[in-house]
Amino acid sequence: MRHIISALLENEAGALSRVSGLFSARGYNIESLTVAPTEDATLSRMTIVTTGSDEVIEQITKQLNKLVDVVKVVDLSDGDHIERELMLVKVRAIGKDREEMKRMADIFRGRIIDVTDKDYTIELTGTGSKLDAFLKAIDQSAILETVRTGASGIGRGERVLRV
Amino acid sequence: MRTKLMELTGAEIVVRCLQEEGVEYVFGYPGGAVLFIYDELFKQNRVKHILVRHEQGAVHAADGYARSTDKVGVALVTSGPGVTNAVTGIATAYMDSIPLVVVTGQVPTHAIGQDAFQECDTVGITRPCVKHNFLVKEVRDIAQTMKKAFYIASTGRPGPVVVDIPKDITSQKAEFHYPETIAMRSYNPVIKGHAGQIKKAIQVLASAKRPMIYTGGGVILGGAAEELAQLVRRLGFPCTNTLMGLGGYPATDRQFVGMLGMHGTYEANMAMQHCDVLLAIGARFDDRVIGNPRHFFAEPRTIIHVDIDPSSISKRVKVDVPIVGNVREVLRELSRQLEASNVTPDQEALKTWWTQIELWRGRDCLKYDRSSPVIKPQFVVEKLYEVTKGDAFITSDVGQHQMWAAQFYKFTRPRRWISSGGLGTMGFGLPAALGVQLAHPRAMVACVTGEASIQMCIQELSTCKQYRLPVKIVNLNNKYMGMVRQWQEFFHGNRYAESYMDALPDFVKLAESYGHVGMRVEKPEDVEPALKEAFSRKKDLVFMDFITDQTENVFPMVPGGKGLSEMILV
Repeated sequence: MRHIISALLENEAGALSRVSGLFSARGYNIESLTVAPTEDATLSRMTIVTTGSDEVIEQITKQLNKLVDVVKVVDLSDGDHIERELMLVKVRAIGKDREEMKRMADIFRGRIIDVTDKDYTIELTGTGSKLDAFLKAIDQSAILETVRTGASGIGRGERVLRV
Repeated sequence: MRTKLMELTGAEIVVRCLQEEGVEYVFGYPGGAVLFIYDELFKQNRVKHILVRHEQGAVHAADGYARSTDKVGVALVTSGPGVTNAVTGIATAYMDSIPLVVVTGQVPTHAIGQDAFQECDTVGITRPCVKHNFLVKEVRDIAQTMKKAFYIASTGRPGPVVVDIPKDITSQKAEFHYPETIAMRSYNPVIKGHAGQIKKAIQVLASAKRPMIYTGGGVILGGAAEELAQLVRRLGFPCTNTLMGLGGYPATDRQFVGMLGMHGTYEANMAMQHCDVLLAIGARFDDRVIGNPRHFFAEPRTIIHVDIDPSSISKRVKVDVPIVGNVREVLRELSRQLEASNVTPDQEALKTWWTQIELWRGRDCLKYDRSSPVIKPQFVVEKLYEVTKGDAFITSDVGQHQMWAAQFYKFTRPRRWISSGGLGTMGFGLPAALGVQLAHPRAMVACVTGEASIQMCIQELSTCKQYRLPVKIVNLNNKYMGMVRQWQEFFHGNRYAESYMDALPDFVKLAESYGHVGMRVEKPEDVEPALKEAFSRKKDLVFMDFITDQTENVFPMVPGGKGLSEMILV
């Protein structure tokens, strides 16, 4: 099953490689991994999307907790949570396709953030499946380039991950 | 008002930290990146430096020192090849959870990443085989980092910690203040076991009809042998130890059913397979212990698992009652609650269970041909046990000799059996023995080894000479990599691919050339006199080369992929 795991770690050199090293050494999957500092500059927050059986996920959280740099770990999939991913797509937009592309971006609540006479760059946020759906919906041959951040997640309501 | 502290160089600070930690010995080898540190070591005499002949030896020696005491072992090596040579030692300690602090030199900060002479990514290379590691980038961080290193290495589930210090940092100056305590928000090992879980465990233990107690290295590392003995005796249950756990429960006691696992006793493996309640303490159900996990699951049993490391619980085997905590604390609490609850297991059932176990024990699975005209390796270990009256520290290398030492030397105390269990590192035995002998100058220390393993760190004979360490080397020489040969005989149609050692050195002359005493022993009747003579030479390292039966195999054996009760017996 797919799980989305959030971790707070010491914002120190090498912390990221400890986590990625753990995943590769123990043969765990990483679908995506994002990391950035938090409002507390000494802490980084990492979101890892992974898949595995309940036993594997249990081991992943235990092994993450065991890393000395890791302060706290929570499996967001254990409860209600919100998940968002950001995607930038550069598409060819010439002639009548220009109008069509603009309309598709609007339907998916995307924003065009860069324009030339030949292409648009569209910014889109949502769950991973929404981003997938957008890519499916537009003309495949028009896609010049895509970049995705990987999922970030946060618990709903009272569920708070902090030190 | 804060008084200004004296400024010291980074190298002085490193040495002061070692002094503050009460470090007796540093095992190491100098080189460019650590010259400032060596210079400071030279100027003092509180911390003694032991010069090894290869960095692998330094780490194994520190490891042997740590295993035979309850202290942190310390090694010091230079950058680049110094570090890569040390990696085998670090990984060995990591797999067996041995507390070490390994200080490594690094090229100057401005040269890092420039492919400088003797540069390697120490933190990157050692990351998968350390509990934690640090690259110190500021001289003012050294003291705090060293404090953390010792704290992390020795608390929770112990392990090796690497502190990588660039050369320029060791020559810069900073105020020195060694913190008395340290708190880390991201590292807080659990000590006390959960009371509710302990209560549950008591109920399960009380309901047992065919109980078994299985303990590992955690009992040794956690200093819980006494508490374990109390609990085992109180319950009247059978007890087995893993290879790492030997000495955790006295092997001479009737309730001890021997080591379990791939080369465990018939009675231990059968009891493990057929028990209905299993109390696992400081052990991790690894592949050499339970064999094929599917086969192990085939029989229903309730498992209680006590371990300080949550990730060891339910890793290979699903556990019913997990108890995370310091083994000693948990065992004390278990005993206390047993006392208070007044529950006693079904004595009738227990009696029936013991009758069954005695039947298994009657199989005499460790028997061997005692009338053989050639020396049987088992016989040498038995005689070693008799001559040393079971009071020696025994280190081993890896292979058949290791298993025979584990099977035939009856360890009655913890920290007497020093062996690389997890990583299975050939070459461990001699340098480890060196560390043990330094920690226990008057004790008998023997390294049980084979002619293949001993050659992997043979250079440490030179270190033993330099520091007059009277280690006794028991070389079980069958001119084969015995365990490899055994597997080839059983599973590869007797095709002995590269397991035969041609062109062996004359070990007697080799020992003599290092300035030691060498003996060759070729007849069974000479074994005991040779051992007696060797141990009577209190000041000499004696290398005993026992020419043993080339075809002897280790039994019982659980073949790879088979279940615990599917042993090959002699």
